[in-house]
Amino acid sequence: MRVRKLLQLNWFGGLAGWAWLAIVLIPLYWIVVTSFKDQSAYFTQNPFALPSAPTANNYQLVIQSDFPRYFLNSVIVTAGTIIPAVAISFMAAYAIIRGAGSRFLAGVNGLFLMGLAIPLQATIIPVYLLIIKMRLYDSLLALILPSIAFSIPLSVLVLANFIRDVPKELFESMRVDGATEWGMMRKLALPLTRPALVTVSIYNGLGVWNGFLLPLILTQSPDKRTLPLALWTFQGQYSVNVPAVLASVVLTTLPIVILYAVSRRQLLSGLTAGFSR
Amino acid sequence: MVLPALLLFVVFGVVPLVGVLVLSFTQWDGLGAIHAAGLSNWKSVLTDSQLPHSILVTFEIMILSWAVQTPMSLLLGTFLAGRQRYRAFLAVLYFIPLLLSSAAIAITYKALLDPNFGLGAGLKIGFLTQDWLGQSNLAIGVVIFIVSWQFIPFHSLIYQGGVRQIPTTLYEAASIDGAGRVRQFFSITVPQLKYTIITSSTLMVVGSLTFFDLIFVLTAGGPGDATRVLALDMYKRGFMSNQMGPASVIAALIVLLGLALALLLRRLGGSTTASQQEGA
Repeated sequence: MRVRKLLQLNWFGGLAGWAWLAIVLIPLYWIVVTSFKDQSAYFTQNPFALPSAPTANNYQLVIQSDFPRYFLNSVIVTAGTIIPAVAISFMAAYAIIRGAGSRFLAGVNGLFLMGLAIPLQATIIPVYLLIIKMRLYDSLLALILPSIAFSIPLSVLVLANFIRDVPKELFESMRVDGATEWGMMRKLALPLTRPALVTVSIYNGLGVWNGFLLPLILTQSPDKRTLPLALWTFQGQYSVNVPAVLASVVLTTLPIVILYAVSRRQLLSGLTAGFSR
Repeated sequence: MVLPALLLFVVFGVVPLVGVLVLSFTQWDGLGAIHAAGLSNWKSVLTDSQLPHSILVTFEIMILSWAVQTPMSLLLGTFLAGRQRYRAFLAVLYFIPLLLSSAAIAITYKALLDPNFGLGAGLKIGFLTQDWLGQSNLAIGVVIFIVSWQFIPFHSLIYQGGVRQIPTTLYEAASIDGAGRVRQFFSITVPQLKYTIITSSTLMVVGSLTFFDLIFVLTAGGPGDATRVLALDMYKRGFMSNQMGPASVIAALIVLLGLALALLLRRLGGSTTASQQEGA
């Protein structure tokens, strides 16, 4: 059977697969190559040619701007969102699965599921009002709190799916040994759910790192900008200097690419498992 | 244990959801006091000619990008579900566009498609040197292409997971009956992926209501109002024209639209709790 399957090569899927690879990689290649060209090479050289005189000037220009500040802001907002978001989502998912049968918890779960179906970005105007009233406007905390809330529905869903798979007998035997619910959550559910926790953290982290709408609306001062917003303003300032703009694109994406390179196996398997059940 | 999550979600999710509706009946410039305004915002928004246009553009982008992404993701997902090593390698590379922010992607494509200095001019390919973002229909096409570029990888991963869960016995039985690969794809793979298709489509359709960053940075809604989707309409009315009331009307419409579409898709999937669980 396996041999037969291999012989019947899925050539159409294969063709689409390699064609798609080209579509994905061509723009990415162009970004990187161009970011190492100076302006005159950008205007005169073939766009796909390697730079004849590679230069790091563009990167220098970007780093000497306030880039480190924006970078730090992005790190603070992302870490400040994910750690609490994943912790409270895990606790909520655990309670929902362990308390199956409780009408209250079923209702809470329903509320979170509804959050999945509703484009929460559409609630940005009241969120803006709320942040002003809380006197948090133009602070990094203004970005963190709504980001946590927005990442709860999906996190709870994925984590609950994983906790559901923990065999009931394990809980029973721990209970017999006198473990509390809190102890079972920490010593049993937490280690067994680790892959899902990593997946959810990376997925939400990606969303926050790349977030644009919240920083655009909830902050104002240049020193509160996160990377995507900084990228946009940088583009406005240096619109004639495309290679420099592309260097800033590379620099804002690089940390994520490195993180992805380290954790991709986990992320990809977690995503395919998390969404398809 | 559920309380911290519930509290934050209620404060920043549920309260604003109700708040949108409340604010849609008020007048507020974003800074000063808020005044009750009765039905006036709804009347003025529902009768102004911008609204049907924004709705039309939103649906155009939603439907066309769904129609491009779904078959392509299904095909790639099925292909990636094979266990060969090089397919796993392809899946790794496919994921990269998802790592870039929409702002970064929009900035990149803007430069890439520049009629004077972009790819077309550099390669001297006439077709590519069109003013892609300066003509209404082309600009919408570019948005759909970029959205597909960004999200097909994600949806093909979802399909990949779905295909892997189809029992191989189904395929064995089918090939004993003499069904070829194409037949197997349409008679087994696609029907077995019903819930995965619903999940993926829901994410696509509801997600498309929130395409803001990409379009804002790429075209800012232009040329003219050609790519002014509802989310952008909301932003422009609220945060550029300082009319939070009318903007809240648009926001309420986006929420209602998202909810209606999600329910419709769930209905299509057969609405038992078990199937929702599987589908989600």
